[in-house]
Amino acid sequence: MLEIKNLHVELAEEDKAILKGVNLTVEAGKVHAIMGPNGSGKSTLAYVLSGRPGYEVMEGTATLDGTDLLALEPEERAAAGLFQAFQYPVEIPGVGNMTFLRTAVNAQRKARGQDEMSAADFLKEVRAKAKELKIDADMLKRPVNVGFSGGEKKRNEILQMAMLEPRMCILDETDSGLDVDAMKLVSDGVNALRDEGRGFLVITHYQRLLDHIKPDVVHILADGRIVKSGGPELALEVEHNGYADILAEVA
Amino acid sequence: MALPEIKQTATEARLATLSLPEGGWSEPARRAALARVQRVGLPDRRDEYWKFTRPDALVQPVAPQAAVLKSDESMVFDSFERLKIVFVDGVFDPQASDDLSLEGVSVERLAKIAEQDIHWARDLYGTLEERGQEPVARPLAALNTAFARDGVVIHVTGKPSRPISLIYRHEAEDSDPMLHHVVRVDPGAEATILENGPAGARFSAVMEIDVADTGTLHHIRAQGRDHERSAVTHIFARLGAESTFKSFTVTVNGHLTRNEAVIELTGDDAVAHIAGACVGDGDFHHDDTIFVTHDALNCESRQVFKKVLRNGAVGVFQGKILVKPDAQKTDGYQISQALMLDDDSQFLAKPELEIHADDVACSHGCTSGAIDERALYYLRSRGIPKARATDLLTLAFLAEAVEEIEDPALADDIVARLESWLIRRR
Repeated sequence: MLEIKNLHVELAEEDKAILKGVNLTVEAGKVHAIMGPNGSGKSTLAYVLSGRPGYEVMEGTATLDGTDLLALEPEERAAAGLFQAFQYPVEIPGVGNMTFLRTAVNAQRKARGQDEMSAADFLKEVRAKAKELKIDADMLKRPVNVGFSGGEKKRNEILQMAMLEPRMCILDETDSGLDVDAMKLVSDGVNALRDEGRGFLVITHYQRLLDHIKPDVVHILADGRIVKSGGPELALEVEHNGYADILAEVA
Repeated sequence: MALPEIKQTATEARLATLSLPEGGWSEPARRAALARVQRVGLPDRRDEYWKFTRPDALVQPVAPQAAVLKSDESMVFDSFERLKIVFVDGVFDPQASDDLSLEGVSVERLAKIAEQDIHWARDLYGTLEERGQEPVARPLAALNTAFARDGVVIHVTGKPSRPISLIYRHEAEDSDPMLHHVVRVDPGAEATILENGPAGARFSAVMEIDVADTGTLHHIRAQGRDHERSAVTHIFARLGAESTFKSFTVTVNGHLTRNEAVIELTGDDAVAHIAGACVGDGDFHHDDTIFVTHDALNCESRQVFKKVLRNGAVGVFQGKILVKPDAQKTDGYQISQALMLDDDSQFLAKPELEIHADDVACSHGCTSGAIDERALYYLRSRGIPKARATDLLTLAFLAEAVEEIEDPALADDIVARLESWLIRRR
C-alpha cells in the first residue's frame, strides 16, 4: 500500500542529507514499526510523507496505492488517505477543536466526491469516538490543542485519526510524553482502528509502545537508511542491548 | 497664534462650502465649535496626529466621488429585531425607518430638536467633543458639531427590548453627510446601539456618549460595502461610577477610514472596552486612533484591535492609555495586531502608555506577522485545503477582537460577514 523506494531527502535550508536511500513497503492490514537512535531520520521520514515544507526530495519515490505522494499538496495527501499523528501537535488559538474536526472531515469527503456529513451525524460520531478516548466535551469545545496536556494532545491526534479513517496511518513518537495509563488509552484507540484495509507505520524510541500496538515488522533506521528489518523480537533486542550491537553488526 | 497660511487657506476653503444651522439651543454650541475649528485649523499631513494617515480626502472642500456598490447581499444585522433609523446619504428616511417609540428609551432626531429653545441634549452636544480636544485637537469632530444637521438624540432610561439601529445608506456618488449623535444612559439603564452602512461618499460622524453611574451601553458598528468611501468618525464617551461601555467596530474595505474614540473614565469602577476588527485588500487605509483616560479609582479599560491586510492595504493604530495621578488600581490593557497576508501591506502603530499613578496594572502589546506556517501545515495535513485553512487561521486571528461583543448572535453575524469577505477575496 505504502511504497517508499530509494528515498533521499535533504533539509532545504541546510543542505544537509537526512534520508540516504530508504526502502520500505507497508502492506494493507500490517503494522510496521520504525525504531532508531536520535537523529537517524525517523521524524523526517514521517514529515516528508505528509508534506511538511522545508524538506527537499533529491531522489526516490513514495506512493500510496500507486499515487505519487510527493507530487501532492499536504491536503491532497490527506484526501488520498494518509494521516500523520504528530509528535508535537500544534496549538491553534481561535480555532475550535470541533470546527476543526468537522472542517477536516468534510473537506476530505468533498475531495473524495462524497457528500458532507450532517451536523447531527458528525456530532453523534465525534461524541462516541471522543468518549472511547476519554476526551470530554470541554476538550472538544476548546481551541485546537490550546492548554491541552501532553497526553490530551496525543489523544486528540488519535481522535482525528478515528474521525478521518485514513488508509495509511503514521504515528510519530505518539508514546512520547505519555504516562502508562495514557499510553494504554492511545494504544487501544489505535488498535481499534486496525483492520485489513489499513496500514500503520509506528515510529518510536521505545519497545514499550509495541507491547500495546503489536507490530508485524520492525525496522531499524540509522543514519538515513533502514539497516535491519525483522519481527517483533527485533524491538526486544533493542530494548535489551540498545542500538550499538545492531549498528556494529551492519557496519 | 496665527495658523500657518497653508492650513488657514485649506480650512477656509472647507468652511466656505458649509453653512451653520441657525436658531435654537444648538446654535451657541455650533458657533463655539466653529471657533474651535478656526483656532486650530483642519488637519493636514504635517500634523503629528496625522502622521500615518493623510487627511486630504477628509478635508478637501468637495468630497471625492465614490461609486455606489450594487449588491443583493443582505446587510449586516438584517436578521435582528431592532428599532431601525435609516439615513440615506445623511438624510433621514421616514419610510424606511421604524416608529421611534420604544419602551425604556427616548429617540429623537437632532434636526427636529435643534431649533427648540431648550432640550436636555444641550448639556452634552459639543460638550464631550470639546472635552476631547485636550490634549490633542480633533478639529474634524468640532467641524461636525458645528455643521451636522441631523443625527439621533437618545436618552436611555430603562432597558429597551431591542437595539437601536442606525442604518446609513449610500446612493449618491458625491454625497458628503455629517451626522451627530448624542446618547445619555441613565443610572442602571442599559441599551445596545448598532450602526452600519457606508453612509456616503464621504462621511463624518460624531457620537457623544454620557453613561451615568451604573449605566451600560453596548455599541456595535459595521463599516462595509462600498470600497471608495472615506469616513472620519469620533466617539466621545464619559463614564460614571460602575458604568460600562463596550464598543466594537468591524470594517470591511474602504478607501480611507479614520475611527477615533476618546474615552474618559470619570467614576470609580467603570469599565470601557473598545475593540475593532478590520480586513482590507488593496486600496484600503484604516486608522484606529484611541485615547482612554483613567481619572478614577479601580477602572478597567481594554483596547483590542486586529487588522488583516493584503495587496498594499495599510493599517494604522494610535492608541493611548493615560492614567491620571489619582487613578489608582487602574487595569489597562491594549493590544494591536496586524496579520499581513502578503509582503506588500503596511501596519503603522503607535501604542502609548502615560501613567501618573503608582499602583496600576497596564499592559500593551503590538505585533505584526504572517500566517503561522506550522498551524497552516497542521490544518492542511488533516485535509483542509490551503485557502480554507488560511481563512480559518485569519478568523482565529480576529477572534480576540470579535469576542469583545457580548451578544453571541451579533458576534456570529459579524464573523459570517468576515468569513464571506475572506472567501470572496481568495
